[in-house]
Amino acid sequence: MRPIDVIEGKVSVLDRADVDTDQIIPKQFLKRVERTGFGEFLFYDWIRDGEIELEPNPILVTGANFGCGSSREHAPWALEDFGFEAIVAPSFADIFYSNCTKVGLLPAILSEEHCRAVAEAGEARIDVDDETVTCAAGVFKFEVEPDVKHRLLNGLDDIGITLENGAAIDAFEGSGAAGRGPVTTAL
Amino acid sequence: MPQTMFDKLWEAHEVSENLIYIDLHLVHEVTSPQAFDGLRLAGRGVRRTDKTLATADHNTPTDGTMAARLIADELSRIQVETLERNCEEFGIPVYSLGSDRQGIVHVIGPELGVTQPGMTIVCGDSHTSTHGAFGSLAFGIGTSEVEHVLATQCLVQKRPKTMRISYSGDLGSGVTPKDLILATIGRLGTGGMTGYAVEYAGPAIEALEMPGRMTICNMTIEGGGRAGMIAPDEKTIEWVRGRPGAPADFEAAAERWRQLPSDAGVAFDTEVDVDAGAISPMVTWGTNPGMVCEVTDSVPDPEAMDSPADRESAERALAYMGLEAGTPMTEVAPERVFIGSCTNSRIEDLREAAAVVDGRKVAASVRAMVVPGSQQVKADAEAEGLHDVFRSAGFEWREAGCSMCLGMNPDILIEGERCASTSNRNFEGRQGKGGRTHLVSPKMAAAAAIEGHFVDIRDWS
Repeated sequence: MRPIDVIEGKVSVLDRADVDTDQIIPKQFLKRVERTGFGEFLFYDWIRDGEIELEPNPILVTGANFGCGSSREHAPWALEDFGFEAIVAPSFADIFYSNCTKVGLLPAILSEEHCRAVAEAGEARIDVDDETVTCAAGVFKFEVEPDVKHRLLNGLDDIGITLENGAAIDAFEGSGAAGRGPVTTAL
Repeated sequence: MPQTMFDKLWEAHEVSENLIYIDLHLVHEVTSPQAFDGLRLAGRGVRRTDKTLATADHNTPTDGTMAARLIADELSRIQVETLERNCEEFGIPVYSLGSDRQGIVHVIGPELGVTQPGMTIVCGDSHTSTHGAFGSLAFGIGTSEVEHVLATQCLVQKRPKTMRISYSGDLGSGVTPKDLILATIGRLGTGGMTGYAVEYAGPAIEALEMPGRMTICNMTIEGGGRAGMIAPDEKTIEWVRGRPGAPADFEAAAERWRQLPSDAGVAFDTEVDVDAGAISPMVTWGTNPGMVCEVTDSVPDPEAMDSPADRESAERALAYMGLEAGTPMTEVAPERVFIGSCTNSRIEDLREAAAVVDGRKVAASVRAMVVPGSQQVKADAEAEGLHDVFRSAGFEWREAGCSMCLGMNPDILIEGERCASTSNRNFEGRQGKGGRTHLVSPKMAAAAAIEGHFVDIRDWS
């Protein structure tokens, strides 16, 4: 994943709460075995039916509980491939939030009031290191876990970091703590 | 210091801070191909093939196609064949189409006895919370995390907060675990459990058998909770005993499992109390599982809602669902009925539905189907003659898979069709573009198939 530190530019707005991943990327597109090319299918039914219009700006501001439902990582892939670099919302579903941080799409949580202010401003600058969203209405603080921030800023592969900790995994397995549970290869 | 069951599970699996060890990784065809590609690109292997198990379920046709190469839909065929190839290349056991162990990943885990108390279990599927019914810590992950677990057998996780939902009293006659969890989500909202590992507790939970407990934990994610769990007891232990994956040193394992329940007096970050005796059969009226009411209620009036956001969401949902505020739910008439999914496709669910259907006929206005959760469920049901009960009534009797829960295979609603479904999500387009889903229990779905509209199963005979 590529490093991200500052995201700056126009803001797209999707003023809805509880947007689920079935809307973000409908199931018929999950049959692809590739990781790229999902952007053209983003919000496929809503856009095709003229329910919403979305510009591929760097920042998307939306409602609470964004990304609820299925764990499909195809949702952040589609949002990123469409052109978004950051999603700003009052809250996110847990799995979606985690998936975003794995692919370098910044999920930033602001209060509902601040989300509206950013939406109205139409443009914003997000500084990942400072954990701030700056727009015409002011400077708003959001929070990112330190280890997530470190990975985002440096574009680091999670697996690489964990494998650096390989000795701890070896030790855990060696202690017998991992010896319990079924052996799937012996069923 | 007293600990919650979650604390015990977390601490037993913490390799280092925020890095937890995974005892079982379940894999299916939709969320894994890009993860295997990632491994190949980086020259990495699968660390513990003996803790990994794959099946094909999301894409599989339910029309009797018994081999991946015979799947008519080209993209589905490629995806299932890709799973088989990846599993062969990396040495992972796989139960694909044609295997008598194939089925919905969350049905076959418990069925094979590989889902056991005290374990950490993950899968690239949000309904992995199902396995928490055994007193395990089980949750859904994304594809990057699937790749991470394949490569390291560990997962980077922020420790969630803990919530306990305690159910007092007894569920009334005709009221099922599905109604209990729908009522809970209706009360807490679709984001009410976000950030929490949820433990379901209390006499009403202890009284349930394992399948009902699985139904409840399964839908935790619909309340926003990544993991739902229930303390193991003798019912849990007896479920696992004798299954293919059961531990060789069973009694020693069972003794360890008995230590898992939350200690007396332990504090949770959030406690919720629910009177199970006050819960009625539930039906969803909108486009998320929190938009739910009692079957005796009418379609709610958005005008009566306090917040403008709720009002707007409800108006949009009613327009999508083609419903008028004030219509009694018992006048709502589905044209399709789907009994299946990881929420309600186990043998016990099919027995409950069959008891309602037995000797009756599906209404002329309804097309109804039953999709068993696994090949094993199908075989068990056929041994009991349930397939004859359903077929005689006019139900279609299908092969195992996720089927119309998410409509990745040919089992879908057409635009505007209304469906009584035992699945878990009533999102727009979930069961087919323009399809209208009402989530209900197996009994309620079966009764709706016979009557051609929703009925209060408590009055129905």
